[in-house]
Amino acid sequence: MNIHSSIKSLEILSSILEEKTGQILSAERYWRIQTSLQPIMREHNIPDIDSLVSVILSNANRNLETDCLEAILNNESCFFRDQANFALLTGPVLDAIKYNKNKEKKLRIWSSACSFGQESVSIAIALSENFQKWSGWNIEIISSDVSNQAIYRAKKGLYSQFEVQRGLPIGLLIKYFKQVDQEWQVNQKILNMIQYHNHNMVHNNKFIGKFDLILCRNMLMYLSEENKMIAFQNIENALNPNGYLMMGSAETLADYKSKIEPCQDFRGFYKRNHN
Amino acid sequence: MKSCLIVDDSKVIRKVARHILETMNFEVHEACDGQEALDSCIDNKHDVILLDWNMPVMSGMDFLKKYRQSEHNNDAKVIFCTTENGIGHIQAAISAGADEYVMKPFDRMTLESKLQIVGCS
Repeated sequence: MNIHSSIKSLEILSSILEEKTGQILSAERYWRIQTSLQPIMREHNIPDIDSLVSVILSNANRNLETDCLEAILNNESCFFRDQANFALLTGPVLDAIKYNKNKEKKLRIWSSACSFGQESVSIAIALSENFQKWSGWNIEIISSDVSNQAIYRAKKGLYSQFEVQRGLPIGLLIKYFKQVDQEWQVNQKILNMIQYHNHNMVHNNKFIGKFDLILCRNMLMYLSEENKMIAFQNIENALNPNGYLMMGSAETLADYKSKIEPCQDFRGFYKRNHN
Repeated sequence: MKSCLIVDDSKVIRKVARHILETMNFEVHEACDGQEALDSCIDNKHDVILLDWNMPVMSGMDFLKKYRQSEHNNDAKVIFCTTENGIGHIQAAISAGADEYVMKPFDRMTLESKLQIVGCS
């Protein structure tokens, strides 16, 4: 294998990924491309990355580019991710929002990089566990992801045995899921609480409206600095005054000056000020 | 250092679980069946018990019932870890006093997640 031409091919794939999704893959993460694309290359009988890129660039198979990008995107997630922070979210943070919006009784939540939907399902379950508290409220949970395949799977609400054993307490599994052969199906009542959209955070999101709570966890880190700014601006525009933003436990907004500031009351959360 | 008792008649499962738990800084004890596990609980106070269902001499379910009724050291978090993956078995385990349930096969992330849920990570 010609190593130099392969690196060139990886760079081409990386630039297509950035153009279509806004996400970048640094050279240190090129291994991910190779690993992710192996099943596709086997399926299409394509011997190596160079040949794969040639086929993509020739437009001979239009679905191939999409399949490759979907495979490269990171869809790692789990239920009730970052357990301690999630408990803060579904407890005191939602209580604070409830207090602020008690007159309207309208709550809008956006899981903005939802992957296979574990995050929005976790929120819907947490709200259902406290249904009396939210009685009379109009609640909307919007779940979006740049990956079409991820949204397709999220809508089905069907999870493998490994997936339901990551973060989901067993009591909630048997309460809100039913066993379908070797998989677990989240119940329709929970799925009905969630609307799913295929959406790129770097694109205009005005159609999606304003939110009291936005979760954007472990996604901005995959964007270039320029796209990160655009995505963050979109988040800022979509967040109501006094609304909260939850990011990944290792992420920070220290480099951005905006109307969204670290929340003094809830560590790890951000809050949009009034202005 | 937290203590975990692995109760499983499979040497391989005990070895795999021990490896994961030791990298999480647990002091690990082993038992091959429910009776050995009960004996271990008389002498040791474990924080968490990883419990197989089907074992010779005494099953995991029989151990759990006896353990929860015993006078001393009966408050460890019990995580069933079994190939009995049907919802009926899960409900029976919870009714008998299990705190969590791992459906085999399991991996490191599953075990870490379950230990975190029961507050033993």
